[in-house]
Amino acid sequence: MTQVNRLKGGQIDRTQTLNFTFDGKSYKGHGGDTLASALLANNVRLMGRSFKYHRPRGPLTAGSEEPNALVELRSGARQEPNTRATTAELFEGLSANSQNRWPSLKFDAMAINDRFSNFLTAGFYYKTFMWPAAFWEKVYEPIIRKAAGLGSLSMQADPDEYDKGFRHCDLLIIGAGPSGIMAALTAGRSGAQVILADEDFAFGGRLNSETFAINDEAGDIWVQASIAELSALPNVRLMTRTTVIGAFDHGIYGAVERVSDHLIQPDSGKPRQILWRIYAAKTILAAGATERPIAFENNDRPGIMLASAIRSYANRWAATPAQRIAIFTNNDDGHRTATDLHAAGVKIAAVIDTRADAPRSLDYEVLQGAQVTDTKGRLGLSFAEVELADGSMRTIECNAMGVSGGWNPNVHLTCHQRGRPTWDEGLAAFVPGGILPPGMSVTGAALGQLSTHGALETGVKAAKAALGLKGRTAKLPSAEDAPVTQTPFWYVEGCSRAWLDQQNDVTVKDVKLSHQEGFRSVEHLKRYTTLGMATDQGKTSNLGGLAIMAELAGKSIPEVGTTIFRPPYTPTAIGVMAGRIRGMDFHPTRLTPSHYWAKERGAVFVEVGNWLRAQWFPIEGETHWRQSVDREVAATRASVGVCDCTTLGKIDVQGTDAAAFLNKVYCNGFAKLAVGKVRYGLMLREDGIAMDDGTAARLDEDHFVVTTTTANAGKVYQHMEFVRQCLYPDLDVQLISTTESWAQYAVAGPNSRALLQKIVDADFDITNEGFPFMACANITVCGGLRARLFRISFSGELAFEVAVPARYGDALMRKLMVEGEEFNVTPYGTEALSVMRIEKGHAAGNELNGTTTALNLGMGRMVSKIKDSIGSKLSEREGLNEPDALKMIGIKPIDGNDKVTAGGHLMNKDGPVDAAHDQGYVTSAAFSPSLNSMIGLGFLKNGDERLGEKMRLVSPVTDLNVDVEIVSAHFIDPEGGRQRA
Amino acid sequence: MIINHPLLGPRDSAEFVYLGDASLIERPDPAAETALADFVDYAYMRENPAGSLRELWFHEAGDRSWLVVTRNTMTHDISDVQMARDVARKIGRSK
Repeated sequence: MTQVNRLKGGQIDRTQTLNFTFDGKSYKGHGGDTLASALLANNVRLMGRSFKYHRPRGPLTAGSEEPNALVELRSGARQEPNTRATTAELFEGLSANSQNRWPSLKFDAMAINDRFSNFLTAGFYYKTFMWPAAFWEKVYEPIIRKAAGLGSLSMQADPDEYDKGFRHCDLLIIGAGPSGIMAALTAGRSGAQVILADEDFAFGGRLNSETFAINDEAGDIWVQASIAELSALPNVRLMTRTTVIGAFDHGIYGAVERVSDHLIQPDSGKPRQILWRIYAAKTILAAGATERPIAFENNDRPGIMLASAIRSYANRWAATPAQRIAIFTNNDDGHRTATDLHAAGVKIAAVIDTRADAPRSLDYEVLQGAQVTDTKGRLGLSFAEVELADGSMRTIECNAMGVSGGWNPNVHLTCHQRGRPTWDEGLAAFVPGGILPPGMSVTGAALGQLSTHGALETGVKAAKAALGLKGRTAKLPSAEDAPVTQTPFWYVEGCSRAWLDQQNDVTVKDVKLSHQEGFRSVEHLKRYTTLGMATDQGKTSNLGGLAIMAELAGKSIPEVGTTIFRPPYTPTAIGVMAGRIRGMDFHPTRLTPSHYWAKERGAVFVEVGNWLRAQWFPIEGETHWRQSVDREVAATRASVGVCDCTTLGKIDVQGTDAAAFLNKVYCNGFAKLAVGKVRYGLMLREDGIAMDDGTAARLDEDHFVVTTTTANAGKVYQHMEFVRQCLYPDLDVQLISTTESWAQYAVAGPNSRALLQKIVDADFDITNEGFPFMACANITVCGGLRARLFRISFSGELAFEVAVPARYGDALMRKLMVEGEEFNVTPYGTEALSVMRIEKGHAAGNELNGTTTALNLGMGRMVSKIKDSIGSKLSEREGLNEPDALKMIGIKPIDGNDKVTAGGHLMNKDGPVDAAHDQGYVTSAAFSPSLNSMIGLGFLKNGDERLGEKMRLVSPVTDLNVDVEIVSAHFIDPEGGRQRA
Repeated sequence: MIINHPLLGPRDSAEFVYLGDASLIERPDPAAETALADFVDYAYMRENPAGSLRELWFHEAGDRSWLVVTRNTMTHDISDVQMARDVARKIGRSK
């Protein structure tokens, strides 16, 4: 069977024969075909099964509004469900499979649903599976999940790349039919920056599908000449295969360019699709119109299509769905299909026109005042039952039928902000109305100008108005200007299983039922019946549903109103929304200066914010992370360890008011901090809750270096700028983030000084007398390299942090390792860092968790009463100062083998275990090699007065229930002798 | 959206971080007798108008300035953009 339904002429490239398969069977088509046109040419009408009743379906349309002909395109990882056969361009080797059928398209076991349609009416899901509740998870849901849904996913990662891009223009023209092209010519000739975008792969819009002449030549000749002129203009950008999917704020439009969808796979280095963000000063919407069907009994059989679609297939693609075709119309446009098909040699079975005064033809029979009341044919149309004007019935043999109920302007993008379409009585259709997106005007059929002349004329006018062009308008090309009137005819009286929405299987009966059951607003109608949902968003079905709703309610259609059109205009792949932001590129990966050195050492890394930090450094023989971490802790506490702490936020604060500024942002005082000293600082939010902590080192009278936690570095900087610019705009202080400028290492342990003495240049005294605990200084290391040294300790040991310009970070780490060999220097990662800070009782992110105050953290007295600071006032609130407020404490299991886990809750030793008797919770937990048991930090009501109390630590989620003792949070060296040594 | 930065011209809103109502500039006097109540209002009470709202935006991916943007919450129309520092000075904030 080779293209038996191929006609003469058309815009296909017959020199190019393309092989493709559908459901495993091989076919041939031509360049310029879509999958649908090629299948029709091969006499394949059946392309899918419907969603609910699994009824056999073929294409209804020839464009992106298609509800039925959805296929799985390609195979393997590139398999893509719900691809519209009507827009999928044919390519050599294309493979497609029908969806929603089992075992085969021609015999679908689920078609049994059609027999039970009385039980599957509107609101079926809401009504049927109410009881028993326990059945939901185990019985109903798995069945529904298996039965529902269109198509299937490959379950493999998408191998293709997607990009995002930005474009700017004076005028964006959406749609390249006669109106859009005319607007582009007008604007392009004026020198304005123009983008002309069309979702089709060919420019021309309806002109490709019609036999109209422009300037006494075929329409496509004018299109070719116009596009050639536009291509030559450097200020005009032509974009095919580009759907403008949404009109967003301030003249920003989203557009998806399908760069490689028409290829078997993207060319090397090319993306599959690009999401463009187009900034347009002005926009012309020339999106055309969509033909609407008429509902009648069994109007969904394969072969029943929109009349304009059959015309498109015949004129553009030289394909016909059958050799004997009937037309059912309520307007003159339907007759054009009959005329064109007749000219192409296709037999017209009859034109059934609902109007008693329909025009007659010499070429074919016109049945005036007649209606189609039913159809027959199992897997495709074979007969139509027609009721004639005199009430008599006639059976007409036909294998396809073109249905025309008039045209609906494509107003979608006019409604993406606040626009609501208005009803045009003359067209019996919605036209653009209300407030359009700023800068947008509408032309051509989208405006309701359904003649070609009207399209050309409004295109010129809108382009001139948008760009403020003065002067004479060039002569318009001559084109047909047939008057268009459309009278409403939505459905054939007495029909019931007459499909309005073929994609969701919504019939006239369902809309009536919905009304009967009280779902009378359009939004309710939509959700109860699912009318207008899914991939086509009701482009061919919404108005029919509204019209029936209006009739039942005794209202006019504008009174009933429409549902709201939202972006995207057509289905858009998540992949193109993500662009390159996926997998490891989901966010930028930041590497510390010692990263490559750590990698050489075999470090295991962990993501901390955007950073990758070494988590631990396994050595030979270690098989479990705990072995590495325990060793790193022990070695640091016994001799010396080094940890990269570059990721901590560093903010340089300079100016004569620097100290006054820090007094505002920290709850504790900084004015009296001596030069050469560091102080711990706690930052509160204005509501009195702790925001972040860190240290501020005073390097000079008017120069501080502030550190923040790794995770909050950006947020704290933003907050400090807020305080500086918005609250105290006249303080003489400047801020700059220097996180990336300095590589900073913690050198901790009893031998840390001995190690640093080998590195710090001899001019600098770092003995305990010369450089005591909490000292800081600008120094030099390794013979003149500028550096900063801070004597601060997170581990509780004698410790320093040394910072050098980032580009020396790698070299310094390697130097520390070489010089430290004699002390068995041990690099340690974030796990050991965390274990040591828990042992020492230092709060970190787990404790500064957005719910805790300075009082909770045991730092209540730090909040200065003598000065005002952010959060100081509201931390005085009664609710934050209850006598039994949570206080930070340590937790130790009574049995050293028991587990302590973060997230567990503390309960009294006796009494009920429930939320009402909750006493507190654990925020951090770790195995302490120093204590040889697990330990935890947490918050307990009135905790500082309950040290020594025995309690239960429970976690109903993990079935934890262990006896614990409440202890001081400072498990190691509570007097702080080590860090001061 | 596009925010017309007073110093840098029109910039995409993606460069900015949103904070909220610009009344946050009007931090109460902590020494006032009613200070505690004033601060509760300041921290928690917000107008939520369907219409014009002055709000704070931070040009994080730009010059790190705080701006006061007057935006219509119904239409997203932006009618005015000022440096927050200038707004703060105008209402008498200083040191």
